[in-house]
Amino acid sequence: MLYRVAGQFKTSYEADYALFPVRQDAWLLAFILLLAFVVFPMTANEFVFRALLIPVLIYSLAALGLNILTGYAGQLSLGTGAFMGVGAYACYKLVTIFPEMNFVIALAISGLFSATVGMAFGLPSLRIKGFYLAIATLAAQFFLVWLFQKWAWLYNYNTSGAIQVPNIDMFGVTVAGPNATAIVQYYFVLAIVCAITFLAINITRGRIGRIWKSVRDMDIAAELVGINLMKAKLMAFFVSSYIVGIAGALFVFLWRGAAEAALFDIPLSFRVLFIAIIGGLGSILGNYLGAILIVALPVILSTVPRAFGLPISPSMVEHLNIMVVGALIITFLIVEPHGLARYWAIIREKLIIWPFPH
Amino acid sequence: MNAHPAIGPALGQPDASDDGIAKGEVLLKVDNVSLSFGGVKAITDISFDVRKGEIRAIIGPNGAGKTSMLNVVNGFYTPQQGTITFRGVERRAMKPHHAVRQGIARTFQNVALFKGMTTLENIMAGRSVHMHRNVFWQMLWHGPALKEEIEHREKVEEIIDFLEIEHIRRTPVGKLPYGLQKRVELGRALAMEPSLLLLDEPMAGMNLEEKEDMSRFIIDVNQQRGTTIALIEHDMGVVMDLSDRVVVLDYGKKIADGPPDEVKNDQAVIDAYLGVAH
Ligand SMILES: Nc1ncnc2c1ncn2[C@@H]1O[C@H](COP(=O)(O)OP(=O)(O)O)[C@@H](O)[C@H]1O
Ligand SMILES: [Mg+2]
Repeated sequence: MLYRVAGQFKTSYEADYALFPVRQDAWLLAFILLLAFVVFPMTANEFVFRALLIPVLIYSLAALGLNILTGYAGQLSLGTGAFMGVGAYACYKLVTIFPEMNFVIALAISGLFSATVGMAFGLPSLRIKGFYLAIATLAAQFFLVWLFQKWAWLYNYNTSGAIQVPNIDMFGVTVAGPNATAIVQYYFVLAIVCAITFLAINITRGRIGRIWKSVRDMDIAAELVGINLMKAKLMAFFVSSYIVGIAGALFVFLWRGAAEAALFDIPLSFRVLFIAIIGGLGSILGNYLGAILIVALPVILSTVPRAFGLPISPSMVEHLNIMVVGALIITFLIVEPHGLARYWAIIREKLIIWPFPH
Repeated sequence: MNAHPAIGPALGQPDASDDGIAKGEVLLKVDNVSLSFGGVKAITDISFDVRKGEIRAIIGPNGAGKTSMLNVVNGFYTPQQGTITFRGVERRAMKPHHAVRQGIARTFQNVALFKGMTTLENIMAGRSVHMHRNVFWQMLWHGPALKEEIEHREKVEEIIDFLEIEHIRRTPVGKLPYGLQKRVELGRALAMEPSLLLLDEPMAGMNLEEKEDMSRFIIDVNQQRGTTIALIEHDMGVVMDLSDRVVVLDYGKKIADGPPDEVKNDQAVIDAYLGVAH
């Protein structure tokens, strides 16, 4: 009876458009927000913040960006890592050129850079699709990482070739750089991820979300209901790369603290793609589930055996991790293309009719 | 015929009334159109017109060029020769989404729905051309975007009632049986509020009861909303019942054009349908 919908009637279309037509969903979300905003910060230590909570949030955001492009609009991209890089380098240039600029504004502008670059590399999508488009985005990936290496102006001519995050204050609190505390950084990332998630839910459930899904499901029919394919696809690249770029800036500024070009190479693109696939393409929730799994897996693999007194080497953990993730990807692609989010949907439906399944 | 909700004025001002063409006047004119794919001549020098308010049938054996003709009309193909005049404006090359904006909607011979979306979402997608709130309002959702969404939802719900598909509102259309998919596709086309509705074999693969329902929907759309309809159909009985005038194509050429009774008794048509050698 946990998920009883009886008695919850909708009397207007407006009520039908409430984010949580079923009241229990709202309770569940409130519970999760309570965990995220109160319980975790009160109980987590430095390790949990930096090895689990912060990366889960940032990877979720990157996967959310990719999911808008691939899961909603149906345009496969293998260039996510490079677009994250554009966001990170743009943010680095902004905060070093304009040290007085509010950091949130710098982040928002960094997103515009990655969105524009993403849209430019999305132009081939107007002529090619599927596998061929994926290859074109891969070209973007190679080109951009090469540019991050060669264009010394991007990293302010540091001899190391890497960008170092300076201390950045906001309203007297250090949010990024060597002096920032984990808890502040966690709250900062959490707030941004919540805000963008809220906006992304709204975009995907209205007119624009439907346009994207139409393009994904059958582009010819989409055109014949009056959808301008060019606008729809380019907007998907823009919005997606905007979110991905912000995720990239957070990735460096609020988590890694420093970065060189290689960080944004193909493995990062694939990690984000795997999160989106395992979590569920065409879902918002799935990005979080996928990120939790992918980030937590190596931590679990290295801590659990040790807790049982089994010695496990770091390289062993890495190999195990790759094997498990690979197996998961194959399983999900074959068995449940809608990913973990689909499992949640099934459980939720079961709970709604439980304990009377008829 | 069962009683069912009216779809006329209830759907707001149908666009059909404000396309500037009076009932009975020419809405669409096709002049000397020829279309070929490489060596294959799909359409050869065809001319006909569709008058405002009528149901116009296009018939002919398989491969006669009927679907190609619709594809030319809605801008999917550009003919090598000839002109299309819609609402008094002549055009040559155009994108399908422009044709939609001018008031041409269609359904497909092989259902072309958005399979991963629900019935409601599919029909709402048909309203895309009438919705304008930009991405910033969409992000906020509450306010103008929600208001627009609800306005259009109301129109879509009227179509859902009219087509008697309330029970499948939330079902992903990929899971629906073929007959219902065809009905949802009609709903999506109606949501566009076209002044000319093109239907490519709307009853293909249906059983008798489904065909009767579909015929009833087509007549009601035509009579209550004043929507002009051009339809392709194989079932001669259906064509004779529904249509005001019939064009007959065979091997890409027009072989007859006129009221159903006349066309039915035309020797060339009888030969074409009996498969007499040319
Ligand atoms: N895209 C295409 N490419 C090549 N040939 C085509 C194409 N579409 C239609 N045709 C050819 O044009 C002719 C008419 O086809 P079509 O318009 O589909 O006929 P109908 O709808 O009357 O059965 C057929 O010979 C068909 O093979
Ligand atoms: Mg055909």
